Amino acid sequence: MAGFDIKKIAEELKNYDGDEVRIMEVCGTHTAAISENGIPSMLSDKIKLISGPGCPVCVTVTAVIDKLIELSMRSDTVVLTFGDLIRVKGTSMSLAEAKGEGAQVKMVYSPMETVKLAKEDPDHNYVFAAIGFETTTPVYAMVLEEAVKNNLDNLKLLTSLKTMPEVIRYVVKNGGGIDGFIAPGHVATITGSDIYKELSKELGIPFVVSGFEGAQLLLTIYSLVKMKGKGGFKNLYKSAVKEEGNIKAKEIIEKYFKAADASWRGMGKIPGSGLILREEYKKYDAGSDMLDEDNMPPGCRCADVLVGKIKPCDCPMFGKKCTPDTAHGACMVSTEGSCYNYFVSGRR
Amino acid sequence: MKVTMAHGSGGESTSKLIKDVFAKYFNNDILNKLEDSAVVGGAARLAITTDSFVVTPIEFPGGNIGRLSVCGTVNDLLMSGSKPMYITCGFILEEGLDLDVLENQVKALSECAKEAGVTIVTGDTKVVENRGQEAGLIINTSGVGFISDDAESIGPSNLQDNDIIILSGNLGDHHAAILAKRMGIENNIKSDSAPLTDAVNNLMAQKVRIHAMRDVTRGGLGTVLNEFAESSSCDIELYEDKLPVSSEVKDFCGLLGLDPIYMGNEGKFVLSVHPEDADRALSIIRSSQYGENAAIIGIVKKNNQPSDMHKVVLNTNIGGKRVIGLMYGEGLPRIC
Repeated sequence: MAGFDIKKIAEELKNYDGDEVRIMEVCGTHTAAISENGIPSMLSDKIKLISGPGCPVCVTVTAVIDKLIELSMRSDTVVLTFGDLIRVKGTSMSLAEAKGEGAQVKMVYSPMETVKLAKEDPDHNYVFAAIGFETTTPVYAMVLEEAVKNNLDNLKLLTSLKTMPEVIRYVVKNGGGIDGFIAPGHVATITGSDIYKELSKELGIPFVVSGFEGAQLLLTIYSLVKMKGKGGFKNLYKSAVKEEGNIKAKEIIEKYFKAADASWRGMGKIPGSGLILREEYKKYDAGSDMLDEDNMPPGCRCADVLVGKIKPCDCPMFGKKCTPDTAHGACMVSTEGSCYNYFVSGRR
Repeated sequence: MKVTMAHGSGGESTSKLIKDVFAKYFNNDILNKLEDSAVVGGAARLAITTDSFVVTPIEFPGGNIGRLSVCGTVNDLLMSGSKPMYITCGFILEEGLDLDVLENQVKALSECAKEAGVTIVTGDTKVVENRGQEAGLIINTSGVGFISDDAESIGPSNLQDNDIIILSGNLGDHHAAILAKRMGIENNIKSDSAPLTDAVNNLMAQKVRIHAMRDVTRGGLGTVLNEFAESSSCDIELYEDKLPVSSEVKDFCGLLGLDPIYMGNEGKFVLSVHPEDADRALSIIRSSQYGENAAIIGIVKKNNQPSDMHKVVLNTNIGGKRVIGLMYGEGLPRIC
């Protein structure tokens, strides 16, 4: 990144003494990158970084976990999932605990493995726990494409898919006063940067699209501090994020999924904030409708953490009852979760 | 030919297995006596360790379970400043295991023992029922090392103020190789499984003042250094730009959201040395086998606060400070 002096920017951010600036990153990978680069230690106390609802595991309601457990307990069904989700508690247990009681749960690294397994073993139903944002959805669409092509009746998705713009409006309305957003880099790669440009106009809050390198994140934070109160939009991640996004990915999402209301952990149902399978592909749905129940453990303040009302370490359970080994909330389980990142990197 | 329950019965099949497979490769005067126990010479002070090896897949780029089961035990012996001398090995075979597969592992184990300079003095075989999926094997090795009388005491509670932290090579290779193989990802990453005998012997022979030494296995560098910091009541400062990680492992980790600081290795060690000996130690390791990428990665600072205040801090490339805490969970890949 030519044209700016990182040392000078770092110095300005450390010595900043203006009005408090509250900046939210809405992407779990940004949360992790901010911790990995030690960025909080480089900022003045007047600049607060707040983690938003951008970790897919963290915003998944307990009803989805419960449904996955129910499916995995059936003798003819195997549930496939990414690693992070396996340890998140549903109402009474996690998929990992269910596995200990004989449930058929398998961790995979790519949803495409579902196709291979379903082909090889027609006697079992293979259900993929399809959670995620616009970033992961195109892969689920590709899984369906293969299922259709190969006429696989034993492959299904349990979907809990979220989309970005609506939840940002929710956070602005219900959160703790955000002065600027680091727009989600991976999601923007798919959706394009235009939606954040429009959001910045509509909400009067600045948005900067950022990549994941430490220096670029620092420049993003610097830009947002300068833009406070003025609104505006910048795309610092032009190498990956185009204005119109990834047309092919958007088309394949559109082919299999349609917009719908979605339930977010701790936030309830947000209209138009998710995706569900289209009617013509419903036979690939493992029962994703009406999964709204959200039984958070008593005392868990994930909801306030997710919208930036409190910092993870302000939750009374943080680091005491709730640690990565004894996690109560999903935000402490996922390596993209805000509580997890605060805990392991000593952020307070 | 496959392993059957009869191979573990103690009868003729067992004798044949021992003769055809084990004795063929584990051939030495002590073992050849086939007594109930091996009788060997000793030293006044001994280091003793045991480890069991379970890995899927059993063959992976850069190594296999046979080689691993020597490296793990030999490296543990070396880390106490001892000279590894003898190892024992117990094989637990699953019914249905291909005898060729077993023979390959026995051969690899025997070759690695020769490389590490240890003698396999006794062994045991059991056969268990197949627990499903592909039949595999588990290996346990125990080892004995001699500690010379003049060896300085080396241990995690012995770090001193201003000690220099040296790492013997690139982080994460073993973990990344295994994960890539399991995921069916093709790349050039190879496990680093190796006995550290040459580097450690050279350091000891040249009287480098080593205060603590540990092989960087499961849990990775972060876990080892946290243990050092807590046991010795000190802080450890690391420098991100000094941490050796190959570009392939770096890319692989970036893709999966893994952190090389917490990834397992099977042929790397980290040591805390007297500051005056640091440059010498570095060049000794670099000119030893498997040590070409060794680097000085950090410094020790005494901290007299209560034990939960001791920190391992990484100075990041952009000038930030990040606390390297204990590893939680299993180091699972991120979701997106």
